[in-house]
Amino acid sequence: MSVDEKTVRRIAHLARIAVTDDEVGPLQGELNAILAFVEQLGAIDVSGVEPMTSVTPMAMKKREDVVTEGGRAADVVANAPETEDNYFLVPKVVE
Amino acid sequence: MRAVAREDGNSVDPNELTLAEARDALKAKRISARELTQAHLDAMAKARALNAYILETPDRALAMADAADQKFAAGAARPLEGIPLGIKDLFCTEGVTTTAGSKILETFVPHYESAVSANLWRDGAVMLGKLNLDEFAMGSSNETSAYGNVVSPWRRKGSEAQLVPGGSSGGSAAAVAARLCLGATATDTGGSIRQPAAFTGTVGIKPTYGRCSRWGTVAFASSLDQAGPIARTVRDCAILLGSMAGPDARDTTCVDLPVPDFEAAVSRGVKGLTIGIPKEYRVDGMPPEIQKLWDDGAAWLKDAGATIREISLPHTSSALPAYYIVAPAEASSNLARYDGVRYGLRVPGKDIAGMYENTRAAGFGREVKRRIMIGTYVLSAGYYDAYYVRAQKIRTLIKRDFEEAYAAGIDAILTPATPSSAFGIGEKASADPVEMYLNDVFTVTVNMAGLPGIAVPAGIDGQGLPLGLQLIGRPFDEETLFAVAQVIEQAAGRTTLPEPWWA
Repeated sequence: MSVDEKTVRRIAHLARIAVTDDEVGPLQGELNAILAFVEQLGAIDVSGVEPMTSVTPMAMKKREDVVTEGGRAADVVANAPETEDNYFLVPKVVE
Repeated sequence: MRAVAREDGNSVDPNELTLAEARDALKAKRISARELTQAHLDAMAKARALNAYILETPDRALAMADAADQKFAAGAARPLEGIPLGIKDLFCTEGVTTTAGSKILETFVPHYESAVSANLWRDGAVMLGKLNLDEFAMGSSNETSAYGNVVSPWRRKGSEAQLVPGGSSGGSAAAVAARLCLGATATDTGGSIRQPAAFTGTVGIKPTYGRCSRWGTVAFASSLDQAGPIARTVRDCAILLGSMAGPDARDTTCVDLPVPDFEAAVSRGVKGLTIGIPKEYRVDGMPPEIQKLWDDGAAWLKDAGATIREISLPHTSSALPAYYIVAPAEASSNLARYDGVRYGLRVPGKDIAGMYENTRAAGFGREVKRRIMIGTYVLSAGYYDAYYVRAQKIRTLIKRDFEEAYAAGIDAILTPATPSSAFGIGEKASADPVEMYLNDVFTVTVNMAGLPGIAVPAGIDGQGLPLGLQLIGRPFDEETLFAVAQVIEQAAGRTTLPEPWWA
């Protein structure tokens, strides 16, 4: 499996990473090198094998559905580039 | 710098002590915590050419050391009281910038402490600073950091060429080897503790997945990441892991198991243990020096009373390609949060989508972008089954190989840690990313199976560079790893730390 330029641009858009025209070619080469490397996995017989869902077998931890912390809005927004009244500010999303 | 007396009466520089020796010296009042920390700060100031620390925190370190001295005076010393450590810049440290080696978090100051570092401060340790790493822990040479390469304190005989310390925990390994801290925290997703430990002649352990809490550790691949220590001896590593590990309700993947006395396990010996030698790790083109090291390791363990048995782990060669599907896939999900909204860099765009795209293009380095994109691709519609699900099935097979070996009576598995000794900075900067990935061929299997693995120095190659051996253990049996690694450390002799060419 290999990717063409159009696919590279599509993946970049899915990943929300801007790529310039100059970057597309080299990226395509690098991605194809990695895809060529993983191609060998197609030859392995995985019939009847379950995909790994839990690395270390364990029961899901649960807790009581009660509020145990919070009220730290100022801490939560402290590192944001733009805030107002403890809201995160972003460019307009909805027209 | 004042010399301090060891237990045997000999005088050494404070930086030459192991962590265990420093702990004794502090308790016996042969040195104060302040003196010990100051000695390390002085060494750090002389070693900036290595670029091991992204951020030094001398004021905080001295304040913590003074607090430690007060504890000693009050007879209330905790397990790591006054011990100066470096913290990989992937662990959130409250009030101290945490960058993950990336431009996108250049100004991020966490308002909370990671579970692992909080455990160290709970036990009285001192923070010297934040250690350099490959960006978002993605790399095997510490050449992808936005804050510059780390230079290894080791050099080839008769050469001044700069060598890599390995990665992603390159700063941690370099700082420990160069005596810029008594120990360091690190993380391992595909080998990022064990490979740099092997390249720098230090000891590094990646514990079982779930042994340490990942809360507050910047995530790369959530089903593979695990924190662990790098130190100069097996005993030092055991001491550090004892503090770093432990249950945490905030991390669902962190198991509710009590922390064993790892330090006590170090002197257990290996009589009666069966050590497996997996034939699939004997790869084509393996340098004879590494094969010899591996044979020596087996011989030392046999002399010490272990039984050596050849075993087969049939799916070994699938681990690296499967890892390069699973890890980037998980990374693409984990790094989606860096979008210029809640923290970190923001680059404006014509609209919000433009802001996301410009921010991430400017904030991420090349390797990170590459891995996010591979991950995005293998998770995308039409490819998810062929790539990600298949890789996760192969993971089940990889883990099953180990389970069957252990069920057949193997206690631990001995392999080389790396396919070579440290290479030169820039040497693997070819257009093919896969060439760099091959550094992890012996280590990724362990992360894919969630098992514990330790790298221990076992010899020096013809160029005067360290070589390490790896031991892989049963789930939650780090104790056996420490016991076996100790036998190797004693048989091989302590790897002589490099002469400071930088001072």
